[in-house]
Amino acid sequence: MEDGNNHKVEKEFLVMNKQGIHARVAAQIVDLVRRFNADVWLVKGERRASAKDILDVLTLACGYGSKVLVAAEGPEAQEAVEALGTLFRKRFGEV
Amino acid sequence: MRDGSYKVKGVGVSQGIAIGKAFVVRRGPVSIPYYTLWSDEAIEEECRKFEEAVKLVDEDLAGIKKNLRNDLKEYDSLLDAYRLMLRDRIIYDGTLELIREKQLNALWALSLTFEKARKIFDGNENTSIADRVYDIGAVIDRLMRKLSGSQDDIFSPIKERSILVTYDLSPSDAAQLPLEKVMAFVLDIGGKTSHTAIIARSLNIPAVMATGQGSKKIQTGDLLIVDGTSGEVLVNPSEDEIQHYVELQLKLDTYLRDIARKASLPAVTRDGVRVVVEANIELLEEIVAARDNGAEGIGLFRTEFGFMNREEMPTEEELFQEYRQLAELMAPGEVIIRTLDVGSDKLSAWFPHVYEPNPALGLRSIRFCLKYPEIIKTQMRAILRAGAVAKNVRMMFPLVSGVGELRTVKAILREVKDELRRARVQFDDEMPIGIMIEVPSAVAIADLLAKEVDFFSVGTNDLIQYAIAIDRQNEHVAHLFEALHPGILRMLHITVREAHKVGIPVSVCGEMAGEPFYVPVLLGLGFDKLSMNPQSIPRVKNLISRSFKKHCESFVREILRKDTPEDIRHLLMKTIEEQFPEEYHFFHSGFLV
Repeated sequence: MEDGNNHKVEKEFLVMNKQGIHARVAAQIVDLVRRFNADVWLVKGERRASAKDILDVLTLACGYGSKVLVAAEGPEAQEAVEALGTLFRKRFGEV
Repeated sequence: MRDGSYKVKGVGVSQGIAIGKAFVVRRGPVSIPYYTLWSDEAIEEECRKFEEAVKLVDEDLAGIKKNLRNDLKEYDSLLDAYRLMLRDRIIYDGTLELIREKQLNALWALSLTFEKARKIFDGNENTSIADRVYDIGAVIDRLMRKLSGSQDDIFSPIKERSILVTYDLSPSDAAQLPLEKVMAFVLDIGGKTSHTAIIARSLNIPAVMATGQGSKKIQTGDLLIVDGTSGEVLVNPSEDEIQHYVELQLKLDTYLRDIARKASLPAVTRDGVRVVVEANIELLEEIVAARDNGAEGIGLFRTEFGFMNREEMPTEEELFQEYRQLAELMAPGEVIIRTLDVGSDKLSAWFPHVYEPNPALGLRSIRFCLKYPEIIKTQMRAILRAGAVAKNVRMMFPLVSGVGELRTVKAILREVKDELRRARVQFDDEMPIGIMIEVPSAVAIADLLAKEVDFFSVGTNDLIQYAIAIDRQNEHVAHLFEALHPGILRMLHITVREAHKVGIPVSVCGEMAGEPFYVPVLLGLGFDKLSMNPQSIPRVKNLISRSFKKHCESFVREILRKDTPEDIRHLLMKTIEEQFPEEYHFFHSGFLV
């Protein structure tokens, strides 16, 4: 694979829905990320979770207002981070 | 009371009264056999059994999802979550690994897996995580029942309309229930925010949770009265009690229907004083709920959302489009747009985060905007322009603590107007401006501030927090958060008095406005407007239109002389009971909690 194909992208987001990342939200994240050809990680503080693994995502315990760094690597890293960003911005469709 | 009649007390999580027969579902934990597998064939067989169980549960969940009732559609994604958990690395791979490597039987392996998952969560100090473990538990429970071959269609014996009494109900259970046959839920555990509570509310079914022992004491066939407001369950009640509740149920239904029907009318007291009732919202979509519930305007539009989770500052054009739509949808009703009310920590993408030991007292809200004036200038331009069409937009500044600060803001506003004028952009030059009263110093100088603006709006949540020095999120002191503290009432009194001295309107947009039981207090203090979450509007409007302003005023004179919140609360309850007996009757138990 060419060097230019394997991107690394990082971006920080805020969890803005009142209930934080609970099971339903985590399912949305996993479902979305699995569509992209990229390894995607969610990082909160010291902890790091695979965004393709629902329990891993849940154990990050992201409550309302937590800051989450999304780190992606792979040919579709950019797209994955953008798509996740939209999901965060829409507050996962919740209040 | 007749023989064998008693009460079970829990927490009311979904309003309403149900009277009917109990249907008790007792589901003990699955009993787990422990043995090791002695041959490769046995191991493979056990793995196959486990995979088969996963497949069957997955199909069950898919089936439930497919047949989900329309009013439970929001649980759709929860069922997806459950299906993902089934195949999760820790649960699925982890269990198979234990079967293969430690030669454990599947149920044993699965129970160890659950323990492991639970430990991962327990290591976390965040308490809200309990819900998340709950969901994993619900999935594993299904899987265990499938593996142990126990009957999982536990609800099919419900033949007639009944009150479901059980230990707990997972959302996938609830989705499987013949809901048309369920008159109410009574659960041993849970609380106001648990899934089942939310389901019950969205289906409009009364529910009582956290009864502790309810499902052990109550027997199938017992006659129950469930009061979803007070959290009481009467078991085998007397004829008199039944009679009483049948009437209560009928009255409550009629009462709420009646109130909802009249919600679109303006709220005028019986002695002819008009009180404007408005809605607090933060998303454009919420305007529908606001109007449906009878809001006459938007008393507080929170603008923070438009600024968060973005890679860069929103442009003036983006903000303008949003505010313009809002103004048009609500016209001719007013729309009060509050300028950005956050600290740098929430805007991390484009601001360096400053470490603040005490953010509530830190660089936030109007102070933050004054440090970075470009933000508020952009917002001011968008708000001023949005007012050009219907002239119904007002601008409100949060967290103002002194006159100097306010004058700086006003100077910026003048500058912005000059720029717009020079650029020949249309805007509302006469737009009224107001401030939130939420800092104690602002109350102390309310007379000075009142001369500078066109309206006041009291943010009771922050005012109470700052005035009593209570962080409501802190469980050790949260009980001291008290709207009826004599100190708070005096501050509200001063604020209204000083506003009215110079003839500007004053409203409440904090949570206090949305609690119907505070109507006599706020009316008596002389507030001109109340702004609240849309759902509270019908009940608040109803109480206003049944009040005499004059009575409320003498009531407030009386409570202003009292020494403690307890005394005031006692008087308030008495007044509500006398003047609004139905309101008291139906809701007082919920107010006390």
